[in-house]
Amino acid sequence: MTDLQPQPAPASQPRGLVRKAPENFLDRASVREVESHGIQGRRGFIRGAFAAAMAGGAVLHATAQPADSGDGDPAILKLPKHSTSLGQPVAAHPYGLPSKYEGNVQRRQSPGLTQTNQASVSFAPIQSLLGIVTPSGLHFERHHQGWWDIDPQQHRFMINGLVKTPKVFTMDDLMRLPAVSRFHFIECGANTGMNWGNVAVPTAQYTHGMLSCCEYTGVPLITLLEMAGADLKKGKFILAEGADGSSMTRTIPIELVTSGQVLVAYGQNGEMLRPENGYPLRLVVPGVQGVSWVKYLRRVELGDMPYATKDEAVHYIDLIPDGQHRQYTSIQECKSVISTPSGGQVLLDKGFYSISGLAWSGRGKIKRVDVSVDGGRNWRTARLETPVLDKCLTRFNIDWVWDGKSTIVQSRAMDETGYVQPTYKQLRAVRGSRSIYHNNAVQSWLVQENGEVKNVQVA
Amino acid sequence: MSRLLEALAIGALTAALGLPAWSQGKFPSVGRDATPKEVAAWDIDVRPDFKGLPAGSGSVDQGQDLWEAHCATCHGIFGESNAVFNPLVGGTTADDIKTGHVATLKRLDFPGRTTFMKVPTISTIWDYIHRAMPWDNPKSLAPNDVYALTAYLLNLANIVPADFTLSDKNIGEVQQKMPNRNGMTTQHAMWPGNEFGAGKVKPDTQATACMKNCGGPTPEITSELPEHARNVWGNLREQNRTVGPQRGADTSKPEGKLGDAAGPVNVVGPAGNDSPNAKAFALTQELGCTGCHNMDGKLVGPGFTDVAKKYAGKTDYLEGKIKAGGSGVWGETPMPPQNIPDADLKTIAEWLAAGAGK
Repeated sequence: MTDLQPQPAPASQPRGLVRKAPENFLDRASVREVESHGIQGRRGFIRGAFAAAMAGGAVLHATAQPADSGDGDPAILKLPKHSTSLGQPVAAHPYGLPSKYEGNVQRRQSPGLTQTNQASVSFAPIQSLLGIVTPSGLHFERHHQGWWDIDPQQHRFMINGLVKTPKVFTMDDLMRLPAVSRFHFIECGANTGMNWGNVAVPTAQYTHGMLSCCEYTGVPLITLLEMAGADLKKGKFILAEGADGSSMTRTIPIELVTSGQVLVAYGQNGEMLRPENGYPLRLVVPGVQGVSWVKYLRRVELGDMPYATKDEAVHYIDLIPDGQHRQYTSIQECKSVISTPSGGQVLLDKGFYSISGLAWSGRGKIKRVDVSVDGGRNWRTARLETPVLDKCLTRFNIDWVWDGKSTIVQSRAMDETGYVQPTYKQLRAVRGSRSIYHNNAVQSWLVQENGEVKNVQVA
Repeated sequence: MSRLLEALAIGALTAALGLPAWSQGKFPSVGRDATPKEVAAWDIDVRPDFKGLPAGSGSVDQGQDLWEAHCATCHGIFGESNAVFNPLVGGTTADDIKTGHVATLKRLDFPGRTTFMKVPTISTIWDYIHRAMPWDNPKSLAPNDVYALTAYLLNLANIVPADFTLSDKNIGEVQQKMPNRNGMTTQHAMWPGNEFGAGKVKPDTQATACMKNCGGPTPEITSELPEHARNVWGNLREQNRTVGPQRGADTSKPEGKLGDAAGPVNVVGPAGNDSPNAKAFALTQELGCTGCHNMDGKLVGPGFTDVAKKYAGKTDYLEGKIKAGGSGVWGETPMPPQNIPDADLKTIAEWLAAGAGK
């Protein structure tokens, strides 16, 4: 693969895209737009839209391109409406929404993965995300018994167990205390679980989308434990418990708490937590699988032994070939994935691409990411985009000139402890292929000659 | 005594008695002491050493009645169903009860893993039923109910006989018969604390960052999706951004040639709001209802909010009316009968009956 040789530009560059009319001429964004203009405006708009629909030429999502006269790109030569007329007023959307053209960027369920919608997963569209922050509305979801939008004035947080005085805090109390804000990744222990035995899903959204990264704001749990007079000599473990129907419980080692890393968080990306992510209070346990980041957090108990809760004695345990299960496996080990290009996408043409993806480690910072464009035979070190933060997603990119030949692209991350992300062969050699959780193997994407990218595994 | 003096006196007393700093703390007026009843109301966890387990008992027979009433719809009469959740029992043997290791876990030809094949601790089962079951009515079971249901499951798993009564007194003996009680190991490097294997056990993969001529001469593809699964996740073309270095693959048809991807891309979803209301509303768009119905006020037919006001709570009526169509209620323009999937019909009728919220 001569991936650094420049390619000649294609003879005919596409100038713009002609998009077909959508099925529904009034989408939600348009309805809002209309509503914001009042009754008269709405009627006028609808009459107009109807007329266009009846004429069979309604175009919402893009303007049909006039024919190229030979003088240049009509998108330049013919001034568009947005350059020649008045735009919309301020606060038309008091809580802003993404562009209507971004409607395909959504979290999604994987068909057939779960039988119920309340004990289920929606995957973040990581193939379309930029940088390291997951927009709150695209954060992946994992609920065990449905989600709630809990009145924060009625929410209480209790600390008990090996403490001098069990304490109760209201949200008012918690938000009065000195806050910290930190960026961390959260990854479900089952992320990439569908790839353990063989390829079972097509896109990065479904292979790696139980992954998100936000700025979290809250109070270090140690502050609250100290207020309750915690016995940190005897208390080696905490139990975190949720207020929802499942009242999720997980055991967390006290070291993560005393080091100040574990947060009782109410903020997410500058706003309060989203209901789907635990509003008004959740635990943040950096580097540890998402199930420990208990949502709707109602209680923390300090104890002297681990609790063997349902999600650490029946689920989130790792079956190894000798028939034993590893219990209390919590750290999300170093991992990476190329998100662009990735499975289910099609490259537009031969030529230059910036391969880009995400790397993370539950043991600290990302030190290096290598990328192969020949199925793992040769590797080059990628650029790390800043910031590079502790137990946080790190964005990498590397230049690639695609010669149009079929090939396999991969990324391989290394963290500051020196741990190197394993291949499937290396991972299965120690854990077999019947595991569900903690699959951090190198991901392979096959780029075919027709530009289509597919999820594959290689030897 | 003035307040100031009182405060000073208490301060002096605190210092003199050596009371710890937490008693007044760095953060006065923040948080309060929990009452014993509050702690009792929420501190419901049961540990493997049975700390937290309330006294009580329940028999297999009692458990069966409760099971059939509250649990069988999801888990099957014998806890074997996988229609909704994973099977609870099966895959364990009398020999496993002796060894404490479930032998089938070593078998590559035995893909299923039931709860009792995995769970090492009976406290886990008791705690979980008590806190989270039944699924749609959690925390509704009294301790004796939980003992009875646990006994029923233990009997289904052939761990206790049919005439068994489980109690806080004998649960420790039952623990010694759990088929996978010795099936867990904590010898791994993935615990972020100082206990277990931490510091003693290295991560189980020891990969190195080879840079040149790694592996064999040519990579061989060992696994990929079969062609017939191409469109199972819906059209991937509509699951990707409409601009950028690549598009989603149009999985609604066979693969094209290089360059085809730059054609039109349909935008499928409302960005931003995916609340249940928004989803119901999106459905009305998807099914074409919004061609005639506006949210508020008459378009061709009445506005959704007007319908919602008139037929509040009348889901069944609305379902029937949407299906059958008709005229005369809101004007003479007839609404044609709607042939839409039952589930969608229900979603929309429920949304309307509940007020057609945004």
